Amino acid sequence: MPVAELLFWFLTGLSLFGALMVVFSKNPVHSVLWLIVVFFAISGHYILMNAQFLAIVNLIVYAGAIMVLFLFVIMLMNMNTESEPQKNRWLRLAAIVSGGSLLLILVSALKDNKGSINGVNDLEGGIGLIQNLGKVLFTDYVIPFEISSVLFLSAMVGAVILGKKESANIKS
Amino acid sequence: MPINYYIFLSIALFTIGIVGVLTRRNAIIIFMCIELMLNAVNVLLVAFSKMHHVAAYALDASTTAGTEAQLFVFFIMVVAAAEVTVGLAIIVMMYRNIHSVDINFLNRLKH
Repeated sequence: MPVAELLFWFLTGLSLFGALMVVFSKNPVHSVLWLIVVFFAISGHYILMNAQFLAIVNLIVYAGAIMVLFLFVIMLMNMNTESEPQKNRWLRLAAIVSGGSLLLILVSALKDNKGSINGVNDLEGGIGLIQNLGKVLFTDYVIPFEISSVLFLSAMVGAVILGKKESANIKS
Repeated sequence: MPINYYIFLSIALFTIGIVGVLTRRNAIIIFMCIELMLNAVNVLLVAFSKMHHVAAYALDASTTAGTEAQLFVFFIMVVAAAEVTVGLAIIVMMYRNIHSVDINFLNRLKH
């Protein structure tokens, strides 16, 4: 078995196990840590597909910034296993059954497709490298790039306004 | 690896995210499951981009086919980052008002 295939199965197992642990672990802090594991596994998949820019952006933005934000909020609220709300057992069973049937339908609809003959993670071609992506981003896609900066500004303003203390609102 | 394996991986991750949204009541966990679903879609987009590129590379060695999909993934990550800041601010505000992140307390929005 070639090493790329071995790595693929390892990363797939790691990401699926991590995703299951995100859903089923009682402590929210453990959920966040397992989600970081999932993001690392997905970054490994990106590297296997030679999308190195996306791999490193995934690590920096998701595992580095967003997950730290989640961790801060969870620790700010002092949540742990005891404060975890419990759901009705029948509701939980119904949710798992419906999710499983969605999985079944999607898999059975797609299991017969021939797909491409070519392997996906052959290392030929460098479209995932930052040179090519940067060139296209700053020529063809420069307007969406600039619009996303406006989006970030509005998100920042919105977060500050939402996060302000209530007493400041009453005074104004 | 055939493209099918990536499709099935993506489906499995997406379904786990859906089950998480349906089973958990903690608002932050639900938010994390939404992030999981976004990442499942990102994996699928990158796999299809690579598949398209490999098919085009066989005809022309200097092609850049498939670049757009990877830029799409980049923009999805950008929008997800903005979404997370606003969403977490809303959750913090909700916690400050009702001292809980249980979404069942939110079934009446006027309080």
